[in-house]
Amino acid sequence: MTAAILPLTLDRAGYAVGGKPLLSDVTLTVPAGRRLIVLGANGAGKSLLLRLCHGLIEPTSGRRRWAQGEARPGAQAMVFQRPILLRRTVAANLAYPLALRGLPRAGRADTVARTLDRFGLAALADRPARLLSGGEQQRLALARAWVTGPQVLFLDEPCSALDPSATRIIEEMIARFSAEGITIVMTTHDLGQARRLAQDVAFLHRGRLIEHQAADGFFAGPQTPEARAFLAGDLIW
Amino acid sequence: MESPFVTAFTLMQRADPALMQIIGLSLRVTLTAVLIACVIGLPLGAALALARFPGRGGVIVLFNALMGLPPVVAGLVIYLALSRSGPLGTFALLFTPAAMIAAQTLLILPIVVSLTRSVVEDLWAEYRDQLLSLGANRLRAVPTLLWDGRVSLLTGVLAGFGRASAEVGAVLIVGGNIAGHTRTMTTAITLETNRGNLGLAVALGIILMALTLSLNAAAWAAGQWARSRLG
Repeated sequence: MTAAILPLTLDRAGYAVGGKPLLSDVTLTVPAGRRLIVLGANGAGKSLLLRLCHGLIEPTSGRRRWAQGEARPGAQAMVFQRPILLRRTVAANLAYPLALRGLPRAGRADTVARTLDRFGLAALADRPARLLSGGEQQRLALARAWVTGPQVLFLDEPCSALDPSATRIIEEMIARFSAEGITIVMTTHDLGQARRLAQDVAFLHRGRLIEHQAADGFFAGPQTPEARAFLAGDLIW
Repeated sequence: MESPFVTAFTLMQRADPALMQIIGLSLRVTLTAVLIACVIGLPLGAALALARFPGRGGVIVLFNALMGLPPVVAGLVIYLALSRSGPLGTFALLFTPAAMIAAQTLLILPIVVSLTRSVVEDLWAEYRDQLLSLGANRLRAVPTLLWDGRVSLLTGVLAGFGRASAEVGAVLIVGGNIAGHTRTMTTAITLETNRGNLGLAVALGIILMALTLSLNAAAWAAGQWARSRLG
């Protein structure tokens, strides 16, 4: 086990493109072991916040710090709304991030075999990943994120393209990851899903983090009128 | 006078040694040139797709423009480099198959580089976040992107083969069309047509067409198979 990379802290972090601020003044601490759900309307900056946390983009103002400093730690992973699977077999897709981390070939095969078993993908091992169903693809994407042993897993609307039964499988996987101690940071448009999974909620409005509290408190009584309207809008809809 | 088509089929049927020798040399020169152009051009095109440096736009435009490089000019450039007084004159490569390979490589390279750059650039836009997330950097992404773009890249390689196997100018200038030594299908067609020896010219024309056709058919089938098999 490597050193703990969490908590992750954003300190007045902002991200602007061509002078137009897309995220502003976000101050946020992600402690270890929690499930944080990021909520907000379309264009509020949820995906951007996850990409900023994960290190795919750099803050244009403010700072991002991990427990060990500002260097990007390797023990983290992200699952995207539409996963990019490589044009290879399922097993080769799982081996790929291990190869990137310099794991020797023999060790890779072992880890891949165990991972395939664990996620019920063994029967699909030799199938081309791109020809799996949407649900199977996302299951593989989660397995691929898990295989490198991340301490924190970012998920950007992982179920938005899936049907209810595939969604349930993904939610169960996320709950199991969380039970193993992996910290979850996830965006979703599905408030039912947010209620099922959230321990903490961060609410974004027009690129600003305007609410961050325990999920029970947030769903029982949001503190800001924007969050109230967001939750109410969902009920009326 | 016998119809050139009858002569052509007679030559092909009895596998005329002169004919076979010309076909063999043509394939050796062109395939070697394609191979060299791929070894240089695939990584170079991918690097050009991912790297950001001042003057990158100029380099891209240059390679795009070189796709239309007239074969005779490519031949002239290699001729000047290899001629006795040229920078590589000491190797005495002029009028050898090696010189022809060099000239054809020069013709194919811009095609491979430009098409690779365009394929890899599109793939990178799609894969960037995912690959960086998995722990790759730009350099490590190059082989991954080339492999995932393999079906599209095959088209570029094939275009290069087509260009090299069809051209006359470059191999004629640096090879000299010496019988039994540097005579290829295209230079032989030129010569035999001028001489009025149409049988051999037609035979070579038919073989050249058949070769190009079957290679394209094979590549198309491979592409279809890969798409259905790999998604």
